[in-house]
Amino acid sequence: MPKPGEFYQRDRNWQPPALVPDYKTSVARSPKYSLISLENSASEITGPVFGHDDIDAIDNDLILNFAQDGQAPIGERIIVHGRVLDENARPVPNTLVEIWQANAGGRYRHKKDTYLAPVDPNFGGCGRTLTDDDGYYFFRTIKPGAYPWRNWVNNWRPAHIHVSVFGTGFAQRLITQLYFEGDPLIAKCPIVNTVPDPEAIQQLVALLDMNASIPLDTIAYKFDIVLRGRRSTLFENRLEGN
Amino acid sequence: MVHKLNYLKETPSQTAGPYVHIGLAPGAAGFGIYDQELGWDIAGPNATGERIRVEGLVMDGTGSPVKDVMLETWQANAAGVYAHPEHPGETEDGFRGWGRVITDFDSGEWGFDTVKPGAMMGRNGQMMAPHINLWIVARGINIGLNTRIYFSDEETANAADPVISLIEWERRRQTLIATRSEQDGKVVYRFDINLQGQDETVFFDI
Repeated sequence: MPKPGEFYQRDRNWQPPALVPDYKTSVARSPKYSLISLENSASEITGPVFGHDDIDAIDNDLILNFAQDGQAPIGERIIVHGRVLDENARPVPNTLVEIWQANAGGRYRHKKDTYLAPVDPNFGGCGRTLTDDDGYYFFRTIKPGAYPWRNWVNNWRPAHIHVSVFGTGFAQRLITQLYFEGDPLIAKCPIVNTVPDPEAIQQLVALLDMNASIPLDTIAYKFDIVLRGRRSTLFENRLEGN
Repeated sequence: MVHKLNYLKETPSQTAGPYVHIGLAPGAAGFGIYDQELGWDIAGPNATGERIRVEGLVMDGTGSPVKDVMLETWQANAAGVYAHPEHPGETEDGFRGWGRVITDFDSGEWGFDTVKPGAMMGRNGQMMAPHINLWIVARGINIGLNTRIYFSDEETANAADPVISLIEWERRRQTLIATRSEQDGKVVYRFDINLQGQDETVFFDI
């Protein structure tokens, strides 16, 4: 088997910079020196592998995975689905996708969240799945609510789902957030706006997908995720063409 | 335009936020939901090599511990082989080499148990000293930070390491070296990470 290829350089003008003063917490947590650019070695082009032994089938159903018998969480029933692709538009199969979110009232099930909206006894707020051979994944959940957070006095996070993806190499590791088409809070959010390019922000907005909705049951949003692409081969540490 | 490249753009990163544990370590968030949480056992019971513990703090620019940080580790086994299907060589049954590390919410202290990785071939036929790769996310970190943990008892290998040698400022190289000690008969390495300041840890664009 050929050695896995190196990754295309990350576009640091597309990705958010470390320091964005409007997102106040970034000020004391952003490195000030330049990152040292590293050509890939085995440490970057390999990464952990997961299988169906690691997870359970119910893990991608947030409507059921924490609910008490015969009950269900409060909120708008949604499907979130899409594909994990790389920059070459090739599917990334068998990769772990994990999500977490607030409940319909905007409250997280976390001992550090003190927002006054109530915890939903039937909603945990986390899920995970592996992409199939086409890179496809789906979750069933409820639409999270917006919630206030301390930044400026009156900041509200747009409804969002946190998404964690692995890919096939440690250099592809990515955590992002999914927003929902049409939400007026997106444009006002200092965290969204850490991403400098408006076109890049659009990549974080899941689209209403009527065709994937289940009539009289659940409405769907589509969210494709793109990880860094690989050069096709690495031969004796010399890069061959694509 | 005649030519189109047709590459997609990488999905932009967003901060993991303060509640990363709900998704990635729900037991720490305060509830059990999964039969098995991933990333707690890095090396597994069958891995050969020296058993070690690595501990530290992540400090922000004010010198305060970052208590909501999550770290992921990625390392080779004691023979310098990664548990990855395309990487030549075999790893012990149960050795994944990947771990998730969260802090004590009150103190910010973190730690993990593993085996000490071996040296391995790097680029251009140069050996890389034993190291553990780290990926750091938290509230206020817009895109995960990559760094490496090297080991203080590997002076010769560290001096020849092609990645450490890339760092122009010799005093900054020290930020990547974990300090070895023995505590109650166990080998413990200390690795504090500074997000800012004079001793800012070296972070890599990999």
